[in-house]
Formats: sequence, structure tokens, C-alpha cells
Amino acid sequence: MSTPAPAVVVDGVSKRFRIPHERVHTLKETLLHPFRRSGHDDLQALRSVSFAVQPGEFFGIVGRNGSGKSTLLKCMAGIYKVDHGDIYVNGRMATFIELGVGFNPDLAAHDNILLNAVMLGLSPSEARERVDRVIDFAELHEFKELKLKNYSSGMHVRLAFSVMIQVDADVLLIDEVLAVGDAAFQQKCFDEFHRLREERKTILFVTHDMAAVRRFCGRALALERGEIVAIGNPEAVSDEYLKLNFPEEALAASVTGDGEVKDQDAVILDAWFEDEDGTRHEYLPQGRPCAFRASVCFNREVEDPSFELMIRDEENRNVFGTSTTWADERTGTFAAGDRTVFGVSFENLFATGRYHATLQVARRGGGQVLLDRRERVATFVSTGPRNTGGLVDLPHDVEVKRGTVAPEETTA
Amino acid sequence: MSAAEVSSIQQVVKPISGPGALTGDSRRFFNLTWTLSVLDFRMKFFGSVLGYLWQLMKPILLFGVMLFVFTKAVRLGTSVYQYPVVLLSGIVMFTFFAESTGSAVSSVVDREGIVRKIHFPRLVIPLSVVLTAYFNFVLNFAAVVIFMLARGVEIRWSWLEIIPLILFLGAFSTGLAMILSSLYVRFRDVRPIWEVALQAIFYGSAIFYPIENIPSLRLQHLIMCNPLAAVVQQVRHAVIDPNAPTAGQAIGGDVYLLIPISIVVVLVVGGFWWFNREAPRIAEEL
Repeated sequence: MSTPAPAVVVDGVSKRFRIPHERVHTLKETLLHPFRRSGHDDLQALRSVSFAVQPGEFFGIVGRNGSGKSTLLKCMAGIYKVDHGDIYVNGRMATFIELGVGFNPDLAAHDNILLNAVMLGLSPSEARERVDRVIDFAELHEFKELKLKNYSSGMHVRLAFSVMIQVDADVLLIDEVLAVGDAAFQQKCFDEFHRLREERKTILFVTHDMAAVRRFCGRALALERGEIVAIGNPEAVSDEYLKLNFPEEALAASVTGDGEVKDQDAVILDAWFEDEDGTRHEYLPQGRPCAFRASVCFNREVEDPSFELMIRDEENRNVFGTSTTWADERTGTFAAGDRTVFGVSFENLFATGRYHATLQVARRGGGQVLLDRRERVATFVSTGPRNTGGLVDLPHDVEVKRGTVAPEETTA
Repeated sequence: MSAAEVSSIQQVVKPISGPGALTGDSRRFFNLTWTLSVLDFRMKFFGSVLGYLWQLMKPILLFGVMLFVFTKAVRLGTSVYQYPVVLLSGIVMFTFFAESTGSAVSSVVDREGIVRKIHFPRLVIPLSVVLTAYFNFVLNFAAVVIFMLARGVEIRWSWLEIIPLILFLGAFSTGLAMILSSLYVRFRDVRPIWEVALQAIFYGSAIFYPIENIPSLRLQHLIMCNPLAAVVQQVRHAVIDPNAPTAGQAIGGDVYLLIPISIVVVLVVGGFWWFNREAPRIAEEL
């Protein structure tokens, strides 16, 4: 066969949990009521999930809480028995459902490394050889003989991560463990991930963190109610995930529902983003003109109200803000019952990702009186061909010229 | 995913098995059992200042109380040759049995953390408990040997019988450990039930009374059907007092020894079958 075999194949895997309504915890009850059968609920955690991961891939698995992603990982790890389907793993697999599984607080770091490494499939002699390397990587030399219960949580995590890196598995299954240690150690972990990737180790990585998925994963899949809803490019998958997390109905509810209204003199009725053709759109391509619009209704006469818009990214960082007060604009006088549409037109220079708009309407004057304010009143996804990692994607040119700048040009 | 990908990996590896009693290769199984019990033992041993002394304390205290009661108060043991040695060796063997089965009960639940998070042969857990109990037994029995020599018990070749006898007792413990540990996952009242059962086994195993003093012959034979009682009796004959009845004599004929032997065989085979059946679900039931 010309193509090499995949590292991991999950072929039509289904998993169902039976959750009894009433759990019998004692032999006595079982023996006294041998024929009593309480009903049970079936929870279909996975529904014929199939995918393949090639050797050397960094593969992300995302999904909301309860979507089945941890069940999937546990099935792949061989902790749960699958009801249907098969899972194939080519090479030695190490699972990290949690860092430092089986660490015993009453044992010294040295013994815990041995135990953990043997648990993960090394022989005791192989494990003994690696102890020093693990301690080196974790930078815990001074604390080698210290019992684990006296470790700080950061040291604990560092030790666990180091064991994981040093067991030399071909396939790593990792469940949400990237948030480890201080910044310097984190960088070290990331470097280590890149090294693993270069060594063509296969990594399957379960997370909520879309930034990490975009940063590391070559491919990803999104699970929802035990089914694959998206698979492929991490950008597309994380967009799908965000759509699942913030469904449009919920957003609509937040707009029409009662928010934190300070004063009923003005009410924000609706807000949305639209593309260059003026149609409402959630997905806005980078570099194209677009606009934010909101319709506001006044219940009492208001003179020159101010409108303030703030656009934040997923991590709640302010990316862009504007206000009518800065333009020193007279917005006019509105009578009770008047409606208006507030709009901000801009060119989409946002980096790819999801953004949320917060809008507030205030009475103009010395002390600002808030009339209405809505957090996350509208949302849009900036789409583009690449993820630069920055907050914005400014129009720019990149040039590389051979040689140095000519002297006459500098003197001119 | 294409069918080609499935078939190409099928040529290389078999589908992974789910959790089980004996999944993976035997070397890993052995390594894990060994490492777990060595570390467990080390923790008990070095865990407290008095470490090993505490480990020895329990049987010794029991021994002291029994010795007082049955030589001074009830005078049950005065007629027995080397009664203190008989009593101590019996208590040490019972301690091994009680410790291995007693800590096996909650062993799987206690190690919930790894059971739910790592794939490894589940049988490692009850087996490592029995192995740890063996380590303790070796140390305790060393103390018994010193005591025996001090009391002037003769060294004989038949002392070697102790090795197969203790392995037999270990098999008895292992069979029960497999059943108890997997039952406890579902039924939490297994622990008090087993504690009571251990008490009953202690009194029913001819540890502090000589079997030949029981008036009813039928009852003697019945008691000897208990594998622990048979082992204790045979150790008494082989190690301490050559004039004491052998287990075969006490049960009324060597052929009847097949009863305790088959009890152990049934427990080991049945225990393994049961544990193996329960193993895949343990992580979900916890």
C-alpha cells in the first residue's frame, strides 16, 4: 500500500450509558428485593463517530460540556468499553485524561515518576532511566526527595507534564492540560509540543480553548450530542463550535429580554451587523466594508442622546470602540415614541474570530445618565484566509529586498 | 474517513480492547503489580516513625491478649505443645488472610483515580494488594521464626512445606480478593459483611484452640474444610509439632483434603471469571 497506515482510526463508535433512576448500593437491598427493577435512562454519549488521524497530526477535539468528547477520549484510551464500532491505535499510546493521575501524595517525586511511568507502559528499568530527565525538564532538582503533598500545585503540574513528555509514546491523548505552570514553563511546553509534532508523534487534544485549537491543531473535529458536526480545518471547526455555544436564539433573547436597563427613557430594540450590501450577516469577510446597526426606541423626549459602541473579542478584550460624543455630533431631539437607527460603518480590519458588540445609549450632559446598555447585543465572525495571531489585520505590504539600502537613497 | 484507511490500519494493528482484567502484555501486568505493591509496602513501612513496628503490633497485641486468656483464664492452651508458638504462627497467617482480603475489598474503589483515567489491566489492583500482604507476611513470619528458635522448636526439613502452604493460602485470598473488590464497586455493604465474616473465620479456623480438642469429630472435619484452617493445621504439624495431626488426619483422611483444595480452585477460577466480567464496567460504575 502506498499511503502509510493512519495512527488512529475510530470506526463507527457508539457508546451508551445507562443511568438508573434509583441506584441500589447495598447487597442487602438487592437480596431483599431481587425482582425489583428500577427504570433507567439511556444516555447516548456517542453516535457512530468515525474519523482517522494520520501519523504526525495534531488533532483537536472540541465540543461543549456533555457533548461526548471526554467519553470519546476515554473510549480511545480503553477506559470505557464501546458498544459498537472499533478503535485502532498504531503504536504505543499514552493517555492524559488528567495530569498526574495516580500520583500519590505520600511518596517522593522520584517514586511518583516511577509509578506514573510504569502506569503509562514503561518497564521499571526504562522508568528509572527517565527519572532524571523528567526532573530536569520539570526543573525540580531541589525538590526531588520531597513528598508530593508538600509540592505547590504549579510544581505538581510541572512534574506531571514532564512525565507525560518523557514517556515517548507514539500517540498522545491529552484532555485539557495546556494551562500549566507559569509563562516560562508554558512556553517550554509549547516548544515541546512542536518538537513532538516534528518527531511525527500523533497528538489528540481535547479542549474548550479555541485559541489553542487554532494555534496548534492541524485538523479538528467538533462534537455535539455525540455526533461529529464539523471536521477539518480548525478555523471552520472553531467557528462551528462558537455557533453552538452562542446560538442565535440566545443572542436574540438577550436583546429583547430585560437587560440592565437603568432608565426606561430609551430602549435598544435590536442590533445586528450587516455586510456591504446592507443585509444582516453574521459572517463578515475581512477587508470588506460592513456596518453595525441598532434600532432604538425612545419613551420620553431626549435631547441629543449619545451612542457608544464597543467591540470585544472572545477573550473580552476591547478591540474597537467609538462614540457619538467624540464626534461632537448633535444627534437631535427625539420625542416619546420616536425610533431611530444608530449605525457605524467600518471596514472589517478585525483578525479572524468572533466579536461581540456592546452598545449603550446615554443622555448627553455632564454626568452621564445611562438610558440603556446591552452587553453582547450583536455578534459577528470575521472570516479570512489566515490567522495572524494579532488582534487586527491592518492593510499592509510585506517586502524583502536583496542587499542593503543604497547609500544615495539614505542621504537623499 | 475512507474504508481504505480502516483496512490499511487493520493490516497493522488489531482494534484496541476495552478495559478488562488482563488486557495488555504480561510483562506490563507484572511490572505494574510489582511496582504498585512495592510502593504501597514502602509507604506503610516508612510512612510513620514506627513503621514496621506498627505493622507487627497488631498481631502481637492480639497474640498477647489471647495468650493471657487461654493460658491463664480459660486454660485452653496449657495442654498443647508449644502453645504460644502455635498461637502466634496461626495469628500471623490469619493476619495475612485478613489483610489481603480486607484491604482488597475497597482496593478498586480506593484507586478510582487511576481506574477512571488510565487503561491498565484491572486485575493488577487486587493482586497487588495480595502481594503487599505477602511482603508483610514475610516480615511477620521472620519474627515468628525468631520466636520459635528462642522457644527451642527444632528446625526440620518439613519447614519447607510452608512455601506451598502459604502459596495455597495466597490463592485462597486472591480468589476472594477478586470477588470482594469487584462486588464492592456496586455494593458498599460488602465491607461490614466481610468484617463479620472474617471474625467468624477467625473463630472457626482452629487458630487459638487445638483441633483435636473439639469433641465432635464431625465438627472437626467440617472446620478443616476451611482452607485457612487446613493450612494452619498443616503448618502446625510441619513446622512446630510433628506429633500434632496433619491436615489430612484432622479432616478424616487425605482424600478429603480435596474439599478445601477444590474450594480454593473454585474461588480462583470463579473469582477470575467474575472479575473479568465486571472489569469493563468498573470505570463507569464508580
